[in-house]
Amino acid sequence: MTISSRARYALMALMGVGFAFIYAPLSVVIINSFNSSRTFSWPPTSLTTQWWSKAIENTGVRKALVWSFTAGAMATLIALLLGTSLAFAVSRYDFFGKEVISLLVVLPISLPGVVTGIALSNAFNQQLGISTGLLTIVIGHATFCIVVVYNNALARLKRMGTSLQEASMDLGANGITTFRLITLPNLASALFAGALLAFGLSFDEIVVTTFTAGPGIETLPIWIYNNLFRPNQAPIVNVVAATLVIFSVIPIYLSQRLSQDSTSGGRF
Amino acid sequence: MRSSAATWMHKRPKMRLLALLTAPGLWLVVAYLGALGALLITAFFTIDSFTGNVVAQFNLGNFQDMLTDPAYRNVVLRTLGIAISVTLICAIFAIPMAFFMAKIAKPKNQKILVALVLTPLWASYLVKIYAWRSMLEPHTGVIDWLLGPIGIHSPGFGGPAIIIGLAYLWLPYMILPIYAGLERLPNSLLDASGDLGARNFYTFRRVILPLIFPSLVAGSMFTFSLSLGDYITAQIIGGKLQMLGNVVYQNFSINLPFAATIATIPVTIMALYLWLVRRTGALASL
Amino acid sequence: MRKKRLFSQIAVASAIALVLAACSSGEKKASETTLPEVAMMKSLGAGEGQVNIVAWAGYVENGSNDPAVDWVTGFETATGCKVNVKVGSTSDDMVALMKTGEYDVVSASGDASLRLIYGGDAAPVNTDLVPNYADIFDGLKSQQWNSVDGVAYGIPHGRGANLLAYRTDIVNPAPTSWGSVFDANSPYKGKITAYDSPIYIADAALYLMKTQPDLGIKYPSALDQTQFDAAVALLKEQKPLIGEYWGDYLKHVASLKSGGTVLGTTWQVNINLAQSEGVKVEGIKPVEGSTGWSDTWMISSEAKNPNCAYMWMDHIASPEANAAVAEWFGEAPSNAKACDLTSDTNFCTTYHAADAAYWDDVYYWNTATEACLDGRTDVKCVPYSEWVKAWSSLRNA
Repeated sequence: MTISSRARYALMALMGVGFAFIYAPLSVVIINSFNSSRTFSWPPTSLTTQWWSKAIENTGVRKALVWSFTAGAMATLIALLLGTSLAFAVSRYDFFGKEVISLLVVLPISLPGVVTGIALSNAFNQQLGISTGLLTIVIGHATFCIVVVYNNALARLKRMGTSLQEASMDLGANGITTFRLITLPNLASALFAGALLAFGLSFDEIVVTTFTAGPGIETLPIWIYNNLFRPNQAPIVNVVAATLVIFSVIPIYLSQRLSQDSTSGGRF
Repeated sequence: MRSSAATWMHKRPKMRLLALLTAPGLWLVVAYLGALGALLITAFFTIDSFTGNVVAQFNLGNFQDMLTDPAYRNVVLRTLGIAISVTLICAIFAIPMAFFMAKIAKPKNQKILVALVLTPLWASYLVKIYAWRSMLEPHTGVIDWLLGPIGIHSPGFGGPAIIIGLAYLWLPYMILPIYAGLERLPNSLLDASGDLGARNFYTFRRVILPLIFPSLVAGSMFTFSLSLGDYITAQIIGGKLQMLGNVVYQNFSINLPFAATIATIPVTIMALYLWLVRRTGALASL
Repeated sequence: MRKKRLFSQIAVASAIALVLAACSSGEKKASETTLPEVAMMKSLGAGEGQVNIVAWAGYVENGSNDPAVDWVTGFETATGCKVNVKVGSTSDDMVALMKTGEYDVVSASGDASLRLIYGGDAAPVNTDLVPNYADIFDGLKSQQWNSVDGVAYGIPHGRGANLLAYRTDIVNPAPTSWGSVFDANSPYKGKITAYDSPIYIADAALYLMKTQPDLGIKYPSALDQTQFDAAVALLKEQKPLIGEYWGDYLKHVASLKSGGTVLGTTWQVNINLAQSEGVKVEGIKPVEGSTGWSDTWMISSEAKNPNCAYMWMDHIASPEANAAVAEWFGEAPSNAKACDLTSDTNFCTTYHAADAAYWDDVYYWNTATEACLDGRTDVKCVPYSEWVKAWSSLRNA
């Protein structure tokens, strides 16, 4: 297959359209963070920096960010461990319950959040008797983050097959070494994609969190919700979103550089 | 030490399986399934109309109510239609974008492109949907303001708006798996196909598409299921429309059994969806 | 072979689910048809060090959002009770959260208060332990949504009427009756709004109460089956006129500003916000009167911090705090003395806080129960669970 320059330009144009789609609303968010109107009306009749100064003074948002990052990191870690081991089990072995696992693992995100939220909340309060807090938030988030890692890992394992693994063991490496040197590097980019998406899901989740977070814990989405529905300072959420968007490019880029894939299919 | 442990594990495939399955198994089967089961079982119960508490008497009244009222058929079909449309739109955008990112962009740009595709994930669901509200507002919104002069108008609030909003939200969930899949696609396969005389589109259809099908399926599971359970977007840009999630949300507090009855629908749909996926053989182990 | 395996796996999974479900305790209280027995606190003791509150956004402000908006820090210092607040997005969320037993106090709206009382989740309030209760307007004390048989179940927070909003530059002539949102021939078809909650059925009932007296509706939240069906039928006829149903003020005010909505139910605070944005809009109480709402601070029957809970209820009902929150949120305060303390001297006038006659034809939203709230004993009234079902059906028909 050769990519003619015409096809190349066509794809570049499609890429441009795609990015326009992705960034148009984000541009609106950034512009609205300077919009003097409290109801996001367009076009902005006058610009102001009051929302930015209000956001900087706001101690609640800083605490909320810390809660969200902590819960997200922990949930993603758990999802990585559980999702990967589940993907291995399903792709390499045959066991009773295999077919139902896939349904079970995708249910948390396909049911309305309130169902998972209430189910977990009842489980915590009535069956397990533990009171809500950071741990319960993490459990709630990890439950629906597992599927993100699981799906990506499973798709990769299916493509990978077992031949490389078998070759490695034929050459004398034991199970652990094979996993470390052969399987894991091949899985890495799929796991990384899964982890990023899982973190994104957790970072943005509001409904399950409402029921699994105890009194006094406010994650970022809850903070945003509260501010959108406080009659007086909704635009402050645009400031927070704009800041996160602008600053997020850096860590993602860095983490991508750190996870260099050893093999790649090649490019045109 | 390590090698004997590894050998021990190697000789006992069942132990390996057990080790792999224990933690997720406990979590999902015991904790989640148990909690979910306790909730969904109430679909067969009723509530005391005076106190609002659940009465554990088996009966099928809720299912009868749900199946006889055409309103619920409407909302199920509408939600299904939205979920399918969102998945298709995401796939249509994601495949060319992921192909460009994986195969055409220079390696040093690849990382930046991935980062740029992911940035919307940090901008909070609610903020993004309200931005879409600003964009889709008829006459005074951004789309009408920007494109009105050349004759393109916003579809306003309603079904198309919900589809656009949800497709926007879940797009990274479709792009990333496909990108990861394409990245590992050896160019030698594509070269070979070209050498054998296939034109580009034929190669795409017969070589690339089948090889990225597992990634497409993985991505579609997210876009489909996340859309199935969503209800916040409909409230903000859906005009008068409601989705399944809205009905569950309205009923869960005052009438948990009925909400549970409605909640069995997404469960059934996902079971059907997974069955269909397995039939296509995309992920044989699913 | 595959199919058999799948079915057997699903069967096993369902069986596990059923077994685990059976093992769980399910609901805590046996269903009764009488008022649950919940003890009322007799005396106030020392604070427990914290209080967990479920409240609407804007009701419990501690300065973390705006340093000038704070009626919590002073309370925490004076009583030693640290305030942990969970914001509820809907009455449904709040009821569900209270049922977990993890919260001490809730600011319950009319469509939640009776549910909490009859569900055994709220305890009667000993008003002797709440000194500021004495200054609450009489029109809010011992009402149907916050008391049963003369026993108070909460402290009134504030009140508001559901007004009829209209764009003065678009809607001509100015409307005077709720009939304008039910008029099948309305020139504003597609630009009318209504409140997005089952409780809105009461608004339809109010209109029928005044325009079809032979239906015999005495109180919009007490509807027997015939009256209820008539109200729902009216809403079905109204549906084609509606552009959007609104639940959050932001969407509503943005819509008023853009002209997507020109007529419909609103709150005074939305009118103020829209006017401050330059929108030419007014809100009136039509000739039929209107429905209204009043939130109540209630204490949980399982409160772990009851002393701090009572201290909070007294604090939020005090003139200073009540004035601050009423002004911040945009509603009429419940404490008569609060009117002297608002920073906008016209605040209470705008919100008709002290105008008892104004509230004579305001019919407060309440949770419909089978025992008719208007005192009728010869018929059964339609309970709120049926209101919700009818609303779901209406919204998706």
